Amino acid sequence: MITSQRKTHPSLWFAASLLSLGVASPALAQEDDPIKVGVLHSLSGTMAISETVLKDTVEMLIEQQNAEGGLLGRQLEAVVVDPASDWPLFAERARELLAQEEVDVIFGNWTSVSRKSVLPVVEELNGLLFYPVQYEGEESSENVFYTGAAPNQQSIPAVNYLHDQVGVERWVLAGTDYVFPRTTNRILSAYLQDEFGVAEEDIMVNYTPFGHSDWQNIVSDIRRFGSEGKKTAVVSTINGDANVPFYTELANQGVDAADIPVVAFSVGEQELTGIDTGPLVGHLAAWNYFMSVDTDANYDFIDAWIEYTDDEMAVTNDPMEAHYIGFNMWAEAARKAGTTDVDAVKDAIIGVTVPNLSGGYAAMMPNHHITKPVLIGEIQDNGQFDIVWQTPSTVAGDAWSDYLPGSRDLIADWRAPMRCGNFDVTEGSCGGSTAAEEAEAALAE
Amino acid sequence: MRNFPLPWSTTAQGGAVHADEVRIRTPWVLLMALAVSLLGLAHAPSTLAQDAEAVVLLEALDVDDYAAKGEAIDAIVSSDDERARDWLQALLDGRLQRTDDGRFVVVLDNRGRDWPVENALTGEALGEMSRRELERIGINNALRNQLRSALAVVDLYSPDLERRRASAERLLGEVDDDLSGPLAEVIEEATDDRVRERLSLALAIHRLEQGELEAVAELEGSLHPEVRVALNRAAQGDDPVLATSAGEALRGIEQTLKLNRAAETLYFGLSMGSVLVLAAIGLAITFGVMGVINMAHGELIMLGAYTTWAVQQLLPGQPGLALILSIPAGFLVSALAGVAIERGVIQFLKGRPLETLLATFGVSLILQQLVRTVISPQNRTVVTPEWMSGSLAVNDALSLTLNRMAVLGFALLVFVGLMLVMRRTRLGLEVRAVTQNRAMARSMGIRATRVDILTFALGSGVAGLAGVALSQLTNVGPNLGQNYIIDSFMVVVFGGVGNLWGTLVAGLSLGVINQVLEPWAGAVLAKIIVLVFIILFIQKRPRGLFPQKGRAAEG
Repeated sequence: MITSQRKTHPSLWFAASLLSLGVASPALAQEDDPIKVGVLHSLSGTMAISETVLKDTVEMLIEQQNAEGGLLGRQLEAVVVDPASDWPLFAERARELLAQEEVDVIFGNWTSVSRKSVLPVVEELNGLLFYPVQYEGEESSENVFYTGAAPNQQSIPAVNYLHDQVGVERWVLAGTDYVFPRTTNRILSAYLQDEFGVAEEDIMVNYTPFGHSDWQNIVSDIRRFGSEGKKTAVVSTINGDANVPFYTELANQGVDAADIPVVAFSVGEQELTGIDTGPLVGHLAAWNYFMSVDTDANYDFIDAWIEYTDDEMAVTNDPMEAHYIGFNMWAEAARKAGTTDVDAVKDAIIGVTVPNLSGGYAAMMPNHHITKPVLIGEIQDNGQFDIVWQTPSTVAGDAWSDYLPGSRDLIADWRAPMRCGNFDVTEGSCGGSTAAEEAEAALAE
Repeated sequence: MRNFPLPWSTTAQGGAVHADEVRIRTPWVLLMALAVSLLGLAHAPSTLAQDAEAVVLLEALDVDDYAAKGEAIDAIVSSDDERARDWLQALLDGRLQRTDDGRFVVVLDNRGRDWPVENALTGEALGEMSRRELERIGINNALRNQLRSALAVVDLYSPDLERRRASAERLLGEVDDDLSGPLAEVIEEATDDRVRERLSLALAIHRLEQGELEAVAELEGSLHPEVRVALNRAAQGDDPVLATSAGEALRGIEQTLKLNRAAETLYFGLSMGSVLVLAAIGLAITFGVMGVINMAHGELIMLGAYTTWAVQQLLPGQPGLALILSIPAGFLVSALAGVAIERGVIQFLKGRPLETLLATFGVSLILQQLVRTVISPQNRTVVTPEWMSGSLAVNDALSLTLNRMAVLGFALLVFVGLMLVMRRTRLGLEVRAVTQNRAMARSMGIRATRVDILTFALGSGVAGLAGVALSQLTNVGPNLGQNYIIDSFMVVVFGGVGNLWGTLVAGLSLGVINQVLEPWAGAVLAKIIVLVFIILFIQKRPRGLFPQKGRAAEG
């Protein structure tokens, strides 16, 4: 159980708001001025449950970096703001970080909606944003670095695993009703039909509102769908809180992982701290990192985290690793460029390679996504995942899905000659992507 | 031998298991031998030679390839080592691990950073070890299936009736040629009807898979999902005679299933309705009777849920007792919070509904953030006691989840209790008097302010009770209340403001309507349809289902 955030949170939040109200920083960064690192994570509202630990992670990383003598001979300083799970407020806070605080880099955001809201601000003011969460893809911005998984680094390998190793023939795609599950499920049903020849009646799609708590009917439907003779699995993009009642209902209705496994894309160690996992043993999750990864780098990270939070039961999760990688990449790029200047770092970071926590390396690709191993884990009774399968090597993130019309012809490359996030290879020109517009339209709804 | 709780013993209903994918390679006859030898327990104390053999057996498990692991499990099963069952169970539970120096240990408790372990061979306690020193022997779902089936066969001979029953349940759809012979013997000797019935069914499924036509007659009328899987396969099979008769049997089963589905939907609806009733009934008092729009009602529910969590923290290991104690505790905490809100905010805003609405909305935000800062933004785990988890199987296709049933019963109890308070006690009389005509009631000697406080405390306390119940169904987190406030107002308005019966009927019927719509409209659209329906209904009957009549209606 996590009880530690509260110790750091109120005072820092208060300090941050004082900072943001008060003293304007000098325009020119002096040699001995600290490097400012913006932290844009919700500390209140619905998303606080997931985002507060990420704020703590960045603060821990900064503390560690400072203990090692800082970066480029300067100390680092966290500037924490609270966008309060309010999407438009994310844009305001980002503007505040970039225009008033003049931070050199921002680590932040969780939901895709909030990222989309921050995007124009970061592009307009030429900031750097490291986004640590797995997302639906269909985006590549010059100013954003996506350290979480793109669909081809999470959902596609997971579906491959279920099909090849478990022998699944019927699919339930269950998700929360917003942009990430809808895009992911669109990609997945296209993929299942094209690659595995799955018939349409063997795919059941279901959407539920945020925070849905009454799962009786849906679980009962899943049970029925799964008892018609073919091996069935549930691919869940159910987000946040709604997972707890969903899993409780699965357990109560006796849906066993050996019969109908549920593979989740948004359930990690953090989410499982709120659930009694005894009846869920064997259900799956696909991530690029699990706390149970057996490497010394990971144990060191866990020990540091437990010490930082002063909580024996503190857990680590995938987005935390993404921040760990993102932070180290940024520091490495700054060292390489010899400055924290945004344009210099942006150019220097492509190709930068840093160790990840699962014993391999992560490299920043020209499309601003990184290479990651894909791990499939089974839930254990202690709230941890046991890794049952992983990709033999790392997978490079693909900004534009190959399985969606309109998106499959696009590539992103932010290196010198091209410098484009949505280059259409059929027309040979940059921009004019319909997929991006569609995603925008879906968001506007 | 230690008694491990079987993971499947609480949930009698399993989903479909597909015989093809989990085709068991275990040599059944050897398993039987193991089972019998385990029962005998007349083994010599472990000798060095035996330990060496055991190490070889366990070492074979420590490989990366899952197929090889499966074979290693078979080897353990067919060894007649008396510790085999313990090993298999430990492996199934993920507690069989290996230390850095190559010893095999069983982890006794795998929470936190350091875990107490014991030697897997000798059972000797080895103190605590850190995660770094241990490497678990992982299994996946396929191996888990294999282990469970292996354990099920062993348990068929267990002296414990519950284990025998669970084991018989488990073997449905898992019988193969090797097992069918010994199984027939077990059936003849079985003393328990349920075990015998289950095993016969399992055997009949096996015979159907072998293409025996007579087996169809035996399976006819059974609602078990395994039976349907087997019949479905037979109906799509090559043998035309078998396919026709299996198809007929299936149609008969589908008919009965339709009835079951209707009963299930009704139960789902009533259970969802009972949650709505619980959440709304406190509001029916504060809003319905007193006319105060309390937007912090949801947070009072949340406080009740957090009280449950707190009580469980105080009584670790006794979730059942803690839950029962939380009922009065939750009531008191929320009632006190309610009094504070009434005294601190609402009393100054009497007769100004808009200001009350805004002020209490502010209070609700303050309470939420207070919980976030003081306790944690993370959700808290509230343990469901054993007797409330799992489900009650009415028949093979219909099972009613126990936690929902408990909440349904609790909601009705709370309703009856509240009715009695309002109708039969002095407080109830005074409340009704004050709400009907405040000035007149005061001139009759009723202390209206005191009545206000008590009524608000009562309504808030009932919200706390709702929180205690909801802690068993959903997340206990700072946002718990937000999810219920709109629904609560909807129910109260739909049922008729000021009428407790209206709240009950409205809550239950909205629940049923929602669950009937959900399968074909989806959860999102079902909610929208219900909302539109209520809007239209309120247009026609502005005072709800059960409007107040007489003088009270004018007030």
